[in-house]
Amino acid sequence: MTVPSVGPRVDPSATPRVAAVPPVVAGAERPFVRFARDYLDSRFAVAALALLLILVALASVAPWIVPQNPYDLAQVDVMESRLPPGTKSPLGYTYWLGTDGSGRDLVSAMLYGLRISLLVGVLSGVIAMVIGASVGLLAAYVGGRTETLIMRLVDLQLSFPAILIALMLVAVLGKGVDKIIFALVTVQWAYYARTVRGAALVERGKDYVEAARCLGLSNARIVFKHILPNVLPPLIVVATVQAAHAIALEATLSFLGVGLPQTEPSLGLLISNGFEYMLSGKYWISFFPGLVLLLTIVTINLVGDRLRDVLNPRLQK
Amino acid sequence: MMDTTPTLAVTDLKTHFFTKAGVVKAVDGVSFEVKAGEVLGLVGESGSGKSITGFSILGLIDAPGRVVAGSIKFKGEEIATAPEERQRHLRGNRIAMIFQDPMMTLNPVLRVDTQMIEAVRAHQPVSASVARGMALDALSLVGIPAPESRLRNYPHELSGGMRQRVAIAIAFINKPDLIIADEPTTALDVTIQAQILHEAQQLCAKTGTAMVWITHDLAIVSALADRIAVMYAGRIVETGTTAEIVGRPYHPYTKGLIGSVPSANRRGERLMQIPGMTPSVMNLPAGCAFQSRCSRRGQGCDAEQAVTELAPGRLVRCCRPLVEEVAL
Repeated sequence: MTVPSVGPRVDPSATPRVAAVPPVVAGAERPFVRFARDYLDSRFAVAALALLLILVALASVAPWIVPQNPYDLAQVDVMESRLPPGTKSPLGYTYWLGTDGSGRDLVSAMLYGLRISLLVGVLSGVIAMVIGASVGLLAAYVGGRTETLIMRLVDLQLSFPAILIALMLVAVLGKGVDKIIFALVTVQWAYYARTVRGAALVERGKDYVEAARCLGLSNARIVFKHILPNVLPPLIVVATVQAAHAIALEATLSFLGVGLPQTEPSLGLLISNGFEYMLSGKYWISFFPGLVLLLTIVTINLVGDRLRDVLNPRLQK
Repeated sequence: MMDTTPTLAVTDLKTHFFTKAGVVKAVDGVSFEVKAGEVLGLVGESGSGKSITGFSILGLIDAPGRVVAGSIKFKGEEIATAPEERQRHLRGNRIAMIFQDPMMTLNPVLRVDTQMIEAVRAHQPVSASVARGMALDALSLVGIPAPESRLRNYPHELSGGMRQRVAIAIAFINKPDLIIADEPTTALDVTIQAQILHEAQQLCAKTGTAMVWITHDLAIVSALADRIAVMYAGRIVETGTTAEIVGRPYHPYTKGLIGSVPSANRRGERLMQIPGMTPSVMNLPAGCAFQSRCSRRGQGCDAEQAVTELAPGRLVRCCRPLVEEVAL
C-alpha cells in the first residue's frame, strides 16, 4: 500500500492492550455521606438542626405530653384565664407558662399551635413545591410559548405582595386549615417554578440530556429521572426558606384574625390573643408563643442557609 | 448480513435552521451510504455540518432547525419522515450515539449501573438483574477492568477515558446496527485515544455494526475508517476509500486537510495551510463554497458544482479536481 500514514494508524495486532488500573478516587463515598459530613462541619447549623428537631418532636407528640387539650372546651375554664406562669391548676398540674385569655394552659396551647403551624408550613410547602417544580420543569423542557406563558404567570404572581394575595384569598374562602394551605400554595408555587426553571434550563443544555434522548428514553423519564435529581439542590434550599416563610405568613394571617378559627389557635392566634394584655403586664400570653415562633423560623432558616452552603459548589472552599 | 441493503443510506439530506438572521443551511444536500460492519469517517472543519448530519439521522434536530428535504434510509426503512414514536424506538436501540465530551454525557447524579440498566430496559423487556448482567458484559467488552465495581461508581469517580468507555459500552449495549460517533476521542489523550479507536474497530468488526465516525481529525479516521467522506460548508465534497482519499485526494480541500496534518510532512518543512476560514453558511458564494480559499480557483468555480464519479466509488464535487497531476 502506498498510503502515507498521517496519524497513529491502529494496527490491531500491534497495539498493546493496556489494561489501565482504574483510577478510583480515594474515599469513593456516597454523595449523601459527603453531604452529611459537610453539613456537620458547622456547629451552629448542627445546633439549629437539633433545636428544630426538638421542636418538631415536641409538636408531633404534643397530645400525649401536654396536661390539657386546649381544643376541648370542656377542659378549658374561662375562670382560669390570664393566670401568671407557675400557678397551680385546680386539676393539680401547674400552668408553667401561665394561661391565655380563654383560660387555656399556655404550654398545651403553644405545642398544639406549633403543630398546626408546622403542619400548615410543611404541607403548603410540599404542595407548592410539587406544583411549582412540575411547572418549572415543564417550562424549561418544553420551551416556546408554554414557557413564556408559565413564566409570565410567575412574574405576575411574584409582582404582588404575598400577604396581600393571601389576605384576599382567605377573605374570600373563609377560615380553616385547608383554606389557609390553599392560600399559601397559591402564594408560593411561583418561587419554586422560577428556581426550578432556571436550574433546569442549565441542565437541559447539558450533553447528558442529549445522550438520554439518543437512548430513546421518553420525555417524562428524562425530565423526572435525569433532570429533576440535578435540580434538587436549589429546590431543597428554596423549600426550607419557603417553609419558614409559610409559617410566618400563616402566623401573620392568624394574627390579623383571618387565619385559623379561635377554637383551634395556632401560634399567630395565640400572639394575637395576648397582644391586648401586653401593656397590663400579662406579657406571657404573647411572649412565649412569639418566642417559639421565632425559634422555629430562625432554626429553619439557619438550616436552610447551611443547606445552601453545602449544596452550592460555588460557595465551597 | 446477507442482503446488500446498506445499513444507512442518506440521500440528498438538507437540514436548515430558520433563525431570525436568516436561513442557515447547515446541511445542504448530503448523500452517503454505510454498509454493515463498515466504518465511515465523516471529516470536516468546525461548522461544516458534520454533527448536524449525525443528529439529523437520529431525528434529534430541535427548533428552529428542521430536516427540510432528503431521505434517510435505515436498513431500507425511511426514517426521516417516520413518526416520533418509531424514531424513539430506533434511537438507542438500533441506532446509538457516542458524544464528544465524556465528562458531560453521563448524568452526574446517577450511578453507572442505573444509567446502563435504564438504557437496556428502555428497549428490551428484561428484568433489572438481566439488564445488569448485560451491562457487565458491555463494560468488559470495551476493556474496563473490574467492571463489577465500576458499575457501582458515580461518573465523577471515573477518569475521562473510563467514562468514554462507559459511554461506548452504553452505545453498544443493545447491539445496535448503526453507531454515530461524534468526535468521541477528541477530549482524550492520545494513548487512551488509540485504545478507544482499537476497541471501536474491534467491536464493529465483531458485531457487524456500521459506524459513522464524525471528526475533524483526518489522522484518526485514516487509522480507523474504511471509507471517508469529506464535508465542507454543509456538503460532501469528496468520498472514497481511506487509502484513496489519503493517498490521492482529488478535491483541493481534501489535499489541504491532509497537508495540514503535521506527521505527513517532513521535519522542518512548513506545514501546508488552507488560507482563510470556513465561510459563513448564511451567505455562501455562488458556485463552489471553497473557491475563496482554493489555490486552483479558475473558470467554472462560479457555477454550481456537480458531483462527478472519477473512479468507482470516488465522488468529487469539483470542476477542477487534482486528477491530472496524480494520473501523470
